[in-house]
Amino acid sequence: MIIVNPTGCLEVTTTIYPYTSWGVPYIHVAFENAGAVASGIEAAIKALNKNGLLKRNTRVIAIAGDGGTYDIGLQALSGMLERGHGVLYVLYDNEAYMNTGIQRSGGTPKFAKTTTMPAGTVIRGKIQKKKDIMSIVMAHHIPYAATANVAYPPIDLVNKVRKALSYLEEGPAFIHVLAPCPPGWGGFPDEKMIEIARLATETGYFPLYEWDRDRLIINPPSDMYMDKRLRKPLREFVKAQSRWSHVTDEEIKELEKDIEDFLNYLWRLSIGSGVPTPYA
Amino acid sequence: MSTGAWTPPKTTKLMGWRELPAIGGYIMEPMSTTKNTTGSWRTERPVIDQDACIRCRTCWMYCPEPAILELDKPYVTKDGRRYDLTYEIDYDHCKGCGICAHECPTKAIKMVPEGAEE
Ligand SMILES: Cc1ncc(C[n+]2csc(CCOP(=O)(O)OP(=O)(O)O)c2C)c(N)n1
Ligand code: SF4
Ligand code: SF4
Ligand SMILES: [Mg+2]
Repeated sequence: MIIVNPTGCLEVTTTIYPYTSWGVPYIHVAFENAGAVASGIEAAIKALNKNGLLKRNTRVIAIAGDGGTYDIGLQALSGMLERGHGVLYVLYDNEAYMNTGIQRSGGTPKFAKTTTMPAGTVIRGKIQKKKDIMSIVMAHHIPYAATANVAYPPIDLVNKVRKALSYLEEGPAFIHVLAPCPPGWGGFPDEKMIEIARLATETGYFPLYEWDRDRLIINPPSDMYMDKRLRKPLREFVKAQSRWSHVTDEEIKELEKDIEDFLNYLWRLSIGSGVPTPYA
Repeated sequence: MSTGAWTPPKTTKLMGWRELPAIGGYIMEPMSTTKNTTGSWRTERPVIDQDACIRCRTCWMYCPEPAILELDKPYVTKDGRRYDLTYEIDYDHCKGCGICAHECPTKAIKMVPEGAEE
């Protein structure tokens, strides 16, 4: 296994020179090119195997933040997906450029305040919605893409990584993992980090689903939360965090409507791709 | 460990990829951050009550360090439950975030201020 990691909190916290936390070969690359570097390594491994210089199917995993994926690394990622490199690309999404001090990214949700989008009376934090990165990735028709959440490591996250790795012979795999940032999201003590992550899924804000060879499957527990009555109120998730401390009830309603629309979109994709479902 | 410094080549012949000089910084020793005992940053330490622990592995899964050790150490609780495993804390690296105590389903982990008696 070889890990490719563009700059961001993961790199900064695990590779404090002259030490490294990694027990496998690891390459730190520029902010914008994780997809390109991972592609090159994957192609090199294939070529070496073909020429008899290597007899091992070493796997390549890119792990990048939301800034490095939604924004600056998007072109390199798209190229990697389009060319069909057998790489697992993991996006860990803490919803802003956290390493450099909480700047807004394409992954930052609406109304969340950041240092580059502070909340005032006119501008209410981020103006735009969170970019739907999964749909962009799925549009490349790669064999496997999934969302996951650090609050659900067993069985969901672990199984998704295992499944993704088993698809790499066919092409790229992508996993979008929600990972709260206690200082960046603010307002809750460190020990509640997993509880906050869990609320993201329980309120419908971050649904768990997978794109498995052109079929969209909504995974438990998110399949249950397709029913609005079973979801927790979004307010519980939003009001626990200082990045949204300024939002009004009207604004929460607007966020709720966006979630409802997005879940309906997922629902239609799921049914349209021929997945039978017990929830109606 | 090499810092990646290199001496210019003596010939002007184009180099193949095998001869290319080292660029960037190299860290040759895997997992060497374990030498950095970050446990000293902690203000509170988690303490596991081995009799209340049901060996569910939740703390082990969620610890971000990871500083929960899963040990092949048999243990018999005061009320006679037998376990093959024991969960212990790696205090050299635990940063005291409290996630393990917050997530433990049996509240078997208590956070104790550093310097205080257990
Ligand atoms: C080309 C370039 N621009 C800017 C930076 C500075 N920089 C380093 S990390 C970072 C933010 C990373 O954000 P994200 O990818 O979301 O990862 P996180 O830090 O949130 O884990 C930035 C802007 C850089 N290293 N390279
Ligand atoms: S979470 Fe609690 S009960 Fe489960 S293994 Fe850890 S200490 Fe034991
Ligand atoms: S307090 Fe945090 S770092 Fe320490 S063992 Fe518990 S979860 Fe791990
Ligand atoms: Mg980020």
